[in-house]
Amino acid sequence: MNEAQQAGLQIDWAGLAPMIIVFAAAFGGLLVEAAVPRARRLVVQTALAVAALLAALVAVILNRGKASAAFSIEGTDLGSVVLDGPGLFLQGTIAVLSVIAVLLLAERRTTRGGDFVAEAAVVADSAADRSQQREDGATEIFPLTLFAVVGMMMFVVAGDLLTMFVALEMFSLPLYLLCGLAKRRRLISQEAALKYFLLGAFASAFYVYGMAMLYGFAGTVDLAGINQAGVSSGQPRLLLYIGVAMLAVAMLFKAAAVPFHMWTPDVYTGAPTPVTALMAACVKVAAFGGLLRVFNVGLESSAWDWHMILTIIAIATMLGGAIFAVTQRNIKRLLAYSSIANAGYLLIGIITLGDAVGSTMFYLAAYGFTAIAAFAVVSLVRDGDEEATHLSRWAGLGKKSPGTAAVFTVLMLALAGLPFTSGFTAKFGLFADALGAGEVGLVIVGVVSSAILAFPYLRVVVLLWLNEPAPDAPTVNLPSPMAGSVVAVGVAATLVLGVAPGFLLDIVDQASTFLNT
Amino acid sequence: MHDISYAPATGALAWTWALIALPALGAAVLLLAGRRADKWGHWLGTATIGAAFALALALFASLAGLDDKSAHLDLFTIISVGDLQIDASLLFDPLSAVFCLLITGVGFLIHVYAIGYMAHDAGRRKFFAYFNLFAAAMLVLVLGGNYFMTFIGWEGVGLASYLLIAFWQLKPSAATAGKKAFLTNRVADVGFLLAMFVMIGALGSVDFATVFNGAESLSTGTSLALGLLLLAAACGKSGQFPFQTWLPDAMEGPTPVSALIHAATMVTAGVYLIARSNVIFSLNADVQTVVVVVGALTLLFGAIVGCAKDDIKRVLAWSTVSQIGYMFLAVGLGGGAFALGIIHLLAHGFFKAGLFLGSGSVMHAMNDQTDIRRFGGLWRVMPWTYATFAAGWLAIIGLFPFSGYFTKDPIIASAFAREGWQGWVVGGAALLGAALTAFYMTRLFVLTFHGPRRWTEDVHPHESPAIMTGPLVLLGLGSLAAGGLMASPVTTWLTPVFGEHHEAHGHLTHMQVTIATTAVVVLGAALGWFLFRGGTEEVPRAASWPVRFARADLGGEVVNRGVFERPSRLVAGATVSMDGRVVDGAVNGLSAAIGGTSRRLLQLQTGFVRSYALSILSGAVIVVAALMVVVVQ
Repeated sequence: MNEAQQAGLQIDWAGLAPMIIVFAAAFGGLLVEAAVPRARRLVVQTALAVAALLAALVAVILNRGKASAAFSIEGTDLGSVVLDGPGLFLQGTIAVLSVIAVLLLAERRTTRGGDFVAEAAVVADSAADRSQQREDGATEIFPLTLFAVVGMMMFVVAGDLLTMFVALEMFSLPLYLLCGLAKRRRLISQEAALKYFLLGAFASAFYVYGMAMLYGFAGTVDLAGINQAGVSSGQPRLLLYIGVAMLAVAMLFKAAAVPFHMWTPDVYTGAPTPVTALMAACVKVAAFGGLLRVFNVGLESSAWDWHMILTIIAIATMLGGAIFAVTQRNIKRLLAYSSIANAGYLLIGIITLGDAVGSTMFYLAAYGFTAIAAFAVVSLVRDGDEEATHLSRWAGLGKKSPGTAAVFTVLMLALAGLPFTSGFTAKFGLFADALGAGEVGLVIVGVVSSAILAFPYLRVVVLLWLNEPAPDAPTVNLPSPMAGSVVAVGVAATLVLGVAPGFLLDIVDQASTFLNT
Repeated sequence: MHDISYAPATGALAWTWALIALPALGAAVLLLAGRRADKWGHWLGTATIGAAFALALALFASLAGLDDKSAHLDLFTIISVGDLQIDASLLFDPLSAVFCLLITGVGFLIHVYAIGYMAHDAGRRKFFAYFNLFAAAMLVLVLGGNYFMTFIGWEGVGLASYLLIAFWQLKPSAATAGKKAFLTNRVADVGFLLAMFVMIGALGSVDFATVFNGAESLSTGTSLALGLLLLAAACGKSGQFPFQTWLPDAMEGPTPVSALIHAATMVTAGVYLIARSNVIFSLNADVQTVVVVVGALTLLFGAIVGCAKDDIKRVLAWSTVSQIGYMFLAVGLGGGAFALGIIHLLAHGFFKAGLFLGSGSVMHAMNDQTDIRRFGGLWRVMPWTYATFAAGWLAIIGLFPFSGYFTKDPIIASAFAREGWQGWVVGGAALLGAALTAFYMTRLFVLTFHGPRRWTEDVHPHESPAIMTGPLVLLGLGSLAAGGLMASPVTTWLTPVFGEHHEAHGHLTHMQVTIATTAVVVLGAALGWFLFRGGTEEVPRAASWPVRFARADLGGEVVNRGVFERPSRLVAGATVSMDGRVVDGAVNGLSAAIGGTSRRLLQLQTGFVRSYALSILSGAVIVVAALMVVVVQ
């Protein structure tokens, strides 16, 4: 960097503050691991993480209304980090959802020592492993989570492919680790982590390859520049197509779209449930935030080229997720396939481009709350210390634990998209915008898929209330205020966004314009 | 016609909402407090209605002091869609004022009576909660400032009525009667809903003022439809032909319910609706004719069936059907007769409530028996009940100088005043009805209180406690005097609503009608007296076909069964088999197909990373290929 550039470089520190705060807290968390006695680490780590995420949320809110690049040289914007309406809204959503997820990570009452292993390096099912079953889980999960959150926050404001790639890896790597840290059924957990890592690495390779192609086509990795090149570049368009295809594959992998979804059920099932909640809510927001930006800002000019294939993938995802979900017998797998189907609905929002940015963001927020609460409830229903994930074990839960069953019923109805829940308002808004943009076919498939998907959800409801409980039915462990507030906040948001969604609709409406489009 | 407008509520009248809030609060407390309120619940329920009565009196006094005699109160907006705005508004005008006084006044007395009547019932608190709920809903009905509010009250009283008829829900007959009342009312309520849709469609509003002022601009067809739809709703709630069948069955409820809801107040809602909508009904002569025909037909229908019944409450119930027929006749005649209908309604409220409570007192004494064939000679045992029942009897048959004379005679006179042959027919029907009323009421009275004792062996009749006889006495006094006292002042009071009252002149002079009525009434009563003073058979015996026909409610049930039940069963059966074979078949087939597809596709989910990676790779190949296809095109 020469002197002139140095002199002219302007950095919007306030704009970067949310990410800096979380990043600093993550490093602080590492120091806590070294400096604070083991007994007190949980409290300190939780407090640190929650405080950092709330501070980040405040910083995001203070940045509201911004529409500028975070770095500029003598008035020329550098596209690497772009602070605009959608980016800030999604950052805020990630902050809120990850606060809730952190509370779930910190839950220790439902099972002794929590869901996380104390020493991940101990060989699974060995004698040493059995003896550490009683110990408290490792608290490194908090800094790991914060690193992932920084990555997600960066992913949604990244304005060029390179920054985006860094962010992608930054939130993926800690998640690979977190997936393997379950205390119980460790082999499945480790298998899930390894699968996720291998396939994630595979997908990243696609990303880098696609990025190279697009650079070759446009001569830049800046999204706005790529868009410009889509109109004016003299390079062979083949480069563009391969680039778009590779990039899409990598990002649709993270978003869990069919046929790049196969990892989802295995990883969702194997990972500790709080991590699954984090993935279902926050990673979904980040992945679709990135997709929204790439397609709206970078590939809008070549929309005609990718429209057909993305439509096919959306249809496959919506129908696939719904049809797979129908025969699931495991509640976590059912929620995993539900998350895949929801990725399909969200793809409608991507395909619709600018008209549906607001409703897509609303959908992400609404779905995030519902999903996190649903996984939180899953973590409460236990056979002894282990989660009772097989659906047959949930039969008649309404008789023994009507409160929990009622909460889960609300969440199922929300996922099924019934009125007076956020599921309805979100789907309605998204489908209405897509209809307005002429995507009739996609909306019809979306509605059909919702109808199919309503079946497994409602079957759970029937199971909860109308079946006789087994004599050794699982117990609902009383949650500490941690998991309790996760459920409460999730359900409250689900209902409020269903009954009075006006305020959030106003916010997403104001925040739905990308910079540089 | 001058514009109708309502002045905003000021001063004390701004508290009109509290009239509804008081009993509503009582109902809420009683229902929410649960068993904790068992000890004092009935006192609270009675106190709220008493307070509402005091408030109604105060509001009545304030209204009397106003020049424009109306108070309109907007509380909040219920619906605001496009141009349509529906407010929660209340209207306190002379018409709603007299209804409020009737509901809270007579209602209070019946509440007091019920404290004694329900003393040994485990569900007394629940009973008073429903009673309060009913009062609140009825007050919404008459205070509503637009048709929508009236409709809310309309449905509310329907609900309360259902809950109270089926109050002893473990008795199958009570449960069935509640269901019957509810369903019959629902059918008629469709008329109300459609009427509101017509208003919204034609006039864009359901506000009284807007609808009445715009009514003149309606086409004949629209005003005919509007009138008939409102009439259908009114007939349902008031048990008028062809919806009369639910009302006698409603006697399955506790007797105070019959007195309050199915005699004094709720069943008069239909009369209120027509009176309130007098502008609409006056517009279209055809609608008026239909109302008159319905009224005349029902008053005869009720009176004839009333002659054939042996159940004390059912006789009174059919008599209610018949008396409301008189009111319909009056409001159907239009003009000055509107006020006559309302006056008869008020007087009827007193004497019918008194009669019902009296019958309750008798049932109390006779181990809840209701068969008048097994009564007789009770006058000696229950002097208070006897005296008050006698007052009600004198009032309903309309002998000078008792209530009915002042309220029913003018209706008969107005009926004769209708032009052409219709006047003779309608007037004749009303006159015949009066004779029949005198006959069956005398029969009821004589068989119950006079003649030889035909009691079953295990009964030991006794007079009811003071808490029951007290209200009886007050209602008895009201029965005797109300008509004479109210006839003239109430007509004047209602002038702002119905316009100036003009004496009707027609085929017969008022004096001729009075003489004729008095003659047939005396004749009917005398016939009843002489036929039944010696008692009657203790069980009904075979009778000629007219009697059998009357005992079978003039075929009302047969018609219902043939016209409604049987076709409904056929349609339901067809629908069920259609649902079972075609719909379920399709749904089950589809779900089996989806489930099968799901299982087959899930075999791809092997758990091996290599096959997952292959899936990603093939997906990538497809994506690239698809993009190429677009290029080639």
